[in-house]
Amino acid sequence: MASVTLRNVSKTYPSGFEAIKGIGLEVADGQFCVLVGPSGCGKSTLLRMVAGLETITGGDIDIGGRIVNAIEPAERDIAMVFQNYALYPHMSVYNNMAYGLRNRGMPKPEIDTRVQEAARILELGPMLDRKPQQLSGGQRQRVAMGRAIVRQPKVFLFDEPLSNLDAKLRIAMRVEIRKLQRRLMTTSIYVTHDQLEAMTLADILVVMNGGQVEQIGNPLEIYQKPATTFVASFIGAPPMNLMPLRSDEIKSQFSGDSRAGDGRAAGSDAGILGIRPEDFQISSDTPAGGIVLDLTVEAIERVGAETFIYGARQHVAQGVAANPGELPPGEVIVRIPGAIAPAIGERIRAVAPREKLHLFSADGRKRIDF
Amino acid sequence: MVEHRRFGNLLPHLVLLAGVAIVAFPVYLAIIASTHDNAVIANGQMPLIPGSHAIETYWNTIVSGTGRTTRAPVGGMMLNSLIMALGIAAGKIAISIISAYAIVFFSFPFRMTAFWTIFITLMLPVEVRIYPTYKITSDLHMLDSYAGLILPLIASATATLLFRQFFMTVPKELVEASKIDGAGPIRFFWDTLLPLSVTNIAALFVILFIYGWNQYLWPLLITTRDDMQTIVIGIKKIIDVHDALTEWQVAMATAVLAMLPPVAVVVLMQRLFVKGLIETEK
Repeated sequence: MASVTLRNVSKTYPSGFEAIKGIGLEVADGQFCVLVGPSGCGKSTLLRMVAGLETITGGDIDIGGRIVNAIEPAERDIAMVFQNYALYPHMSVYNNMAYGLRNRGMPKPEIDTRVQEAARILELGPMLDRKPQQLSGGQRQRVAMGRAIVRQPKVFLFDEPLSNLDAKLRIAMRVEIRKLQRRLMTTSIYVTHDQLEAMTLADILVVMNGGQVEQIGNPLEIYQKPATTFVASFIGAPPMNLMPLRSDEIKSQFSGDSRAGDGRAAGSDAGILGIRPEDFQISSDTPAGGIVLDLTVEAIERVGAETFIYGARQHVAQGVAANPGELPPGEVIVRIPGAIAPAIGERIRAVAPREKLHLFSADGRKRIDF
Repeated sequence: MVEHRRFGNLLPHLVLLAGVAIVAFPVYLAIIASTHDNAVIANGQMPLIPGSHAIETYWNTIVSGTGRTTRAPVGGMMLNSLIMALGIAAGKIAISIISAYAIVFFSFPFRMTAFWTIFITLMLPVEVRIYPTYKITSDLHMLDSYAGLILPLIASATATLLFRQFFMTVPKELVEASKIDGAGPIRFFWDTLLPLSVTNIAALFVILFIYGWNQYLWPLLITTRDDMQTIVIGIKKIIDVHDALTEWQVAMATAVLAMLPPVAVVVLMQRLFVKGLIETEK
């Protein structure tokens, strides 16, 4: 049991490429920390640095009060679950789990106790004599977890462990991982690119982009108060609607309120307005201080419990999205409950209350509270 | 429709049978010749059915040698050939798996230089470097010894390349998992890499054993004593006699005997090969 602290950790490759640009992070004992971000954001590199599989070029990594920068992976008291499981193909399930313990010179009876216990927890009992090849994807995943559990390490590290499973199994295993972690109360760091996995698993969520931390916090807090437009469009599906505002629009929308002074919101020339699809309502009346969008329905997605309406804002030219995951300017997604939706081509009015609006600086790097 | 298909099967089978006959007939002839008296063969009318001297001929060939020549018994030659072939195969596999391990899994200065140096030796088989190799072997007093037969032939660029290609397909995560499981480089080699390489080793062993068994030029150069002769050289000597009639039945028996171990290796290892393919999962 231990906490993990990263202090200004950075990684620069000999080629000069900065993979990690100074990250500070504190994971308390027993917490489940999820690193999430798009491909290439450095989340896996960061995890591998904690594991000791990548060298650190700046800063400190502290596991349980010990700086481990120059310590071998085997000595760091961590266990890692890999994306492709990395099971030893020629060893039985039992030996896969026992291998690490044998290498540490643990007495046989204790190895046996630990492996049997892990097999019981993960329901692998009948499969102990089989080879990995004879197991299904979910079972292999559990063996990989078992290999981590038997070690009773200070920290579990997960590198996208569920991405090779099919959708249904992924959800089941997600729940299992969470239950297991609660039960063992082992500090865990988990890397994923799936924001839903990140939201459901995390005690603390770290959103990364381009080798930097965009926001750290508890998942709901991040959902409710994204710090940048990147976080706003990455967390939540479908992504938050982002619309550039001119300064006069900002004034008319946000300056009437007594809570915000002119200087704060309208100080910059322009800003970006964000509204989550689920915060809209289709209505004809205008809520006080809220926003009203007149849309032409362009496409409809029915998923049963809810329906997504893709609408084009009237009087706004259509364009191409600047970043993947963001909406093209002028297009707005509205989520409504149920399956009753307007017809394509119909004109609707979507309104959102004032307290559901998010405002960001024009470069998207700063959240503006109003 | 059925007629057509039967014809379609018949033609390829005829072609294949003709091929088998062409390949197998000389072998059959050698076996038949080894069962007849030398006089029968020498008169130029080679029979196509087995004769009655099989046991006598093989006994003479393997155990007693022949009185009329100074020929040593082939049994000893077979042992020499076996030691040489096993030594070359085992040595080549051991050396090349270790060098491939170094090249693929470790980073050290001049790693690629080392790799290309090994690669270039592909162009330098023993026939090309025969004089310096002979000189060194002779200076080290290894003429007429098993070490002299085996050591100069052990370095193998081909096997190193094959192992390198295989090692590069081993997932990086397996190495990392071993690191986290506390296995050092030697443990990883013994516990993970070697078991995974079994099929490759088996396949290479077949090829290299036959390569070693069939060596002709090198043993011819460095062995002078009769008791160090290999069987391949033995055949040549039996045919090439002066002042006497070539003992064709003995020559044929020797040829048949020379053929058996490679055949046995192929047959036996093929089983292991298939077994390995079924059991080893990658």
